[in-house]
This record gives sequence, structure tokens and C-alpha cells, in this order.
Amino acid sequence: MPVYALNPGYQGERMDRVENFHGNQVVYLGWDEHRMFCAAKAFPLPPSMPFAVLIENIMPEAFGQHPEFSQINWDTVEWLLDGEPFKPLADVSLADQEVGHKSLIRFKTPELKGYQGAGV
Amino acid sequence: MAAKKLNIKDKYRLLTRDLDWDFSYEDRKQAFPYEEFEGIKITDWNKWEDPFRLTMDSYWKYQAEKEKKLYAILDAFSQNNGHLNVVDPRYVNAVKIFLTGVSPLEYQAYQGFAHVGRQFGGVGARVACQMQSLDELRHVQTQIHAMSHYNKFFDGFQEFSHMHDRVWYLSVPRSFFCDARSAGPFEFMIAIGFSFEYVLTNLLFVPFMSGAAYNGDMATVTFGFSAQSDEARHMTLGLEVIKFLLEQHEDNVPIVQKWIDKWFWRGTRLLTIVAMMMDYMLPNKVMSWKEAWEVYFEEAGGALFKDLARYGIRMPKYAETIEKEKEHISHQAWWTFYTHGHAAGFHTWIPSDEELDWLSAQYPDTFDKYYRPLWDMAKEMEAKGERFYTSGLPQLCQTCQIPMLFTEMDNPNQNSMRDTVYQGERYHFCSDGCCDIFNDEPEKFVQAWLPVHQIFQGNCGGPDVGDILKDYYKMNIGHDNMDIKGSPDEARWNKWKGIA
Amino acid sequence: MSKVYIALQDNDESRYIVEAIEESNPDATVIHQPAMIRIERENKLVIERSVVEEKMGREWDVQELHINLITLGGNVDEDDDQFVLEWKQ
Repeated sequence: MPVYALNPGYQGERMDRVENFHGNQVVYLGWDEHRMFCAAKAFPLPPSMPFAVLIENIMPEAFGQHPEFSQINWDTVEWLLDGEPFKPLADVSLADQEVGHKSLIRFKTPELKGYQGAGV
Repeated sequence: MAAKKLNIKDKYRLLTRDLDWDFSYEDRKQAFPYEEFEGIKITDWNKWEDPFRLTMDSYWKYQAEKEKKLYAILDAFSQNNGHLNVVDPRYVNAVKIFLTGVSPLEYQAYQGFAHVGRQFGGVGARVACQMQSLDELRHVQTQIHAMSHYNKFFDGFQEFSHMHDRVWYLSVPRSFFCDARSAGPFEFMIAIGFSFEYVLTNLLFVPFMSGAAYNGDMATVTFGFSAQSDEARHMTLGLEVIKFLLEQHEDNVPIVQKWIDKWFWRGTRLLTIVAMMMDYMLPNKVMSWKEAWEVYFEEAGGALFKDLARYGIRMPKYAETIEKEKEHISHQAWWTFYTHGHAAGFHTWIPSDEELDWLSAQYPDTFDKYYRPLWDMAKEMEAKGERFYTSGLPQLCQTCQIPMLFTEMDNPNQNSMRDTVYQGERYHFCSDGCCDIFNDEPEKFVQAWLPVHQIFQGNCGGPDVGDILKDYYKMNIGHDNMDIKGSPDEARWNKWKGIA
Repeated sequence: MSKVYIALQDNDESRYIVEAIEESNPDATVIHQPAMIRIERENKLVIERSVVEEKMGREWDVQELHINLITLGGNVDEDDDQFVLEWKQ
């Protein structure tokens, strides 16, 4: 049962439909095993944004405060899109490579172990 | 000759059961329209028994006595500048969280119990819920009254009610109660009356309040213990309601178990903030969160579930995860608030070296390995004049609305993340527990008012975070938020105490 | 077997109640914490009106317990003469 309600057929209002975000979609970005950032971060981004722009403009805003950020080799980063392995194409837009509304993009940098090598 | 005094059992019968009536010309189902839709089967409301057998006349008598004691102390506290006796101004920030995050829940509890106190078909249950409703109203009033003294001297208290409805981290407690109150009356009772009152409020009102006493806060410990004296009656009501439901019909058992699983999980998530208050915001330590959890959840809750085993009730789902998380959550929460200190309505700080050592001693298996490095990093940045405030906005859990800060218990370096797709839209969760709750009732939780998404939708003013804090949250920027170092709170304290 | 427990505010009235609890339940454990007193015992704990009255030197209604009570764990059963906390396992 999708809900236990007094009246049959009750439906809830979807608060976060993509139409509510003024042309943007929400994308979450998470850097695995880097706990300096307590959680993945959320960004409203145009679906037409090429992945290269996300790396150049959004990643520094999200994670640039980390001392290891400048050492990230974006060519060897391991990606997960909504839990599945992902090979992003730099010139292709988010929407055209299955990065949808409220998609979660995680990346791993196995050679960078975080501050004090402690996953921070 | 004085009239013979009624014994307590007769008095209870006369002043509860005998006040009820049968419906002769109205349909009983229309009088109690909420009683059946949850699937709970009640065969005989007369089996309901209040073990305290408290009647309204005694209720007023004892509550009045509690109030007189409480207000005498609050007056003395205020007349004697009691705020100067707290050990350290950092402590007052825990009181700010209490007023903005907890006291409004007392008001929600009042509303919730008033509702079920009308809707239950049994008079014994109605009377008990009405008393609890009055208790909760008393709690919110006494708490606001007690903390109004701090409002005269410290920042961050002035807009507690407005903030509760809007501020990003306060959506966590707010939505917890909205979930319970929008459920049916029986789920509300299992949620608040049983899961929350029986085990979880103890952790807030007993060890934390004992900590308030230990830190010189006479006002808080007094309202805390005064509230908790009602809580003992609430706990007993919660336990009676669950036994009553389980005894009424065997079909109730799986429904009740599902609610227990849901509300213990939701409750443990909610208490993350109390964990942080105990471990990081009490300068004089009474006990660690882990120890409090062991006493009040594992030991007291364990005894409770052994008692309920005879009805076929087992421990809440994910109890193993909860047990491991006690070593982690307070540290994860304080780090989250420390790094979001620019957007919080209270001050944050790096723990002192003595506090860091205390945490190492209390959490030998986790603190030095996972959490001390965070503080080494924060100190290093602060020393360079770059006190760390994180950029951007965090991803939130659709169910508990907490930033996705919890980690995997088999790899505490990695955030725990779950998701599900419902009718073409993706939803994210901090845990299997929160994901299960969504999957059971997606039509309820698609309605979550997630502060981060609301900001992106333009519903909270802005566009800058500073504008949102100032105009939409009504925070006094530069006074209410940021590190305690250099804050007006700190400057005033130093002046009062003659510290250069 | 599990422990039942009760916690009372640390004040003058409670001191007599705690004395009475110790007399009625000789093997109960009394733990003093800041501003409160916690008493625990395996399985069952009884507070008897007559014993409390003897300690206080005045009449005492069992329901007066509410004034100084902080928290408890166990099934409650209360009548005019006593207050019982018990697990039924």
C-alpha cells in the first residue's frame, strides 16, 4: 500500500518534481572516503551542462577546500552514477548521459587517502 | 464525620469509566472516524487500565504542586542572575538547540495528544491522552519561560518558533512530529507514546538534564526534571497502550511491530543531535553518549523487549546497526554543525585538548582512528586564519531530512547512501531504515519539505545563503551564527567575568 | 531477568523515599548522579506507603511519588498501599 490514509486513493503532492526547479535539475556530488565534507552536496544544474563544465566549475566549488583537491587526476577518477559504474563523456550534456533529476554522482580517488591518510 | 475516602481503584472507576456513555441515536463509527483505517482491531476498550489510576482531581493537585516548585526556582534563578553560574558560555548553545528544536516538539505533542484524546473510542485511553496533552502544553510553556531568561543575555533565542518552522536542521525534529501527527491515532501512540517516550526521551531528559545540573544550569535541570516527572506517567501510558493493542487481537501484532521498527529507527536518527549535545556541548561531562545509550536504550530497552517477547514482539529492526552507530554519530553530527557553523543559529567550536582526550578515552575504538584527524585538520586551518566553513548545501535524506552524514558501519570512512525510484522519480536515504520507511508509504514521504530543495526552488528567499539566513530564517548574522571565538556572546561573557 | 529502575530528584523528600525503598528492597542498588538518584533491582521493586510514612513521620499518599519522580522502567502497578515496578518475563 503506498500510504495508510483515512480516505482511499490519497495521493501526496510531489514536492521536488523537476518542473519546480526553474529549468534546472538537482544533481548530488560525493567524493568517496573524504569526510572533510560531511555529506554529498546538492547543486541545481542545467540538464544541458556538459560534463567537462561540471568538472571545471562545479567540482572546485564543491570540493576545492580540500588540500588534496588540486591533486585529483580527473582522467583516472572512478565514477558511480546512481550506484552503477559510469564513464562520463566530457563534451556530452548531463541529460544525454543519463544524469537525471536527483542523480547522485560519486567519485573515488584511490591514490588520495585523505588528510593524514584517514579518509578525511 | 468526614466522608469515607474512596480507594484509588474505586475513584479511578468513578472518574473515568463512569463518565463515558453509549451512543443510542448517533452512529458510533461516525463519532470515532479514525479508529479503523489503520487496520488495528479493538474488541473491548474496557480492558484498558491506567496502572497509575490517576484521576483528574489528583492530576490537578499534583501538577499544581510541581508548577509551584518549578516557578519558585525559575524566579530565584532569574533574580540571582543564574545565567552567570553556567560553567562556560559554550554550554548555552545546547540550550539554544533545546529551545529551537525540542520545545516546539512539546507543542506538537500537545496537539497530537489532544487529537487522539478525542479520537479513541475508549474512555480510559481518552482521559490518559488528555492528561498527557495538558502535560505537553505545560512543558512547552515552562521551557519557554525558563529559557526566556537566557534570551535577555545571549544571542540565538529570539526567533525560536519562527526558526523551528524554517531552518534547515530544525526540519528534522519538525518533520518527525509531522509524520507522527499525520498518521492514525494508534500509530501516533506507538510513535510518540511508546517508542519516543518510553526509551528515547529518557536520553534527553535524564542524562542530558543531569548534565545541565553539572554545568550550573539550574533553570534547565529544573524544567527538565519537572517535565520528566510527567514523562514517567507518559512512559507507563506508552507501555500500557502497546500491551493493550497486542492483547486485543493477534492481527495487531505485525502492524505494531512495523510501527516499532519505523519509530525506533526514526527516533534514533532524531536523537543524533542529543548525542552531539552530550558529547560536545556539555563542558563538564556526566557520561558519554555511548554510555547513556547503553544504560537507557540497550539495558532499559532490552528489558522492555524481553517483556514484550511474550506477545511475539522482537527487538526493532536494525538494532545491530544502531548498536554500532553509538560509537560514531555524536562525532559525525558535531563535525557537520562545525562545518556548517555559518548557517547554524548557535555557535560551534573545536573541542579543547582535554575534551579531545576525554573523547578518545570514551570512544577508544573509533575516536582517534576516525574523528581526531578531523579536528587536527580544523585546528590547522584555524591557525592559518582559515576557519573551515564548508561551501554549498548538503544532500538530505528524504525520510529523516538529516544531511547524509552517517557512514557505513563496515567502512566508517564512507557515507551510507541508499536510493529508490518511485513513479519515475529518484529518492535518497541515509540508511536502509529510512529507505524502508519510505518504501512502505511513498505517497506520504514524497511530500517531504526538504530545506535544500526548497532553497533551490526559490521558496526561501535568497538568492545568497546570507539572505536566506537573515530574511527567511530571521537569524541575526554575525551574532547568532559562526564560531564562538570572536562572537558577541563570548565578548559579553568575558566582560561579565572580567576576563581580558 | 532484567532490571527495573526508578529515578527520583535528589531532594529532602526523596531521601526518605529512597530510605524506604532500601528497607523494602534490601538488595536494590542506589546510584547517586548529579541532581538525581537512580535505584535499580533485578525484576521487581516495591515502594510501601507504610514504610515511607514511618521514615517521613507523616501521612504519605502513594501518588505523591509523581512530584519527585524522574523516570522509571518496568510495568507499573499502584494502589493505596504500594507502588510496584515489575518485569513479567
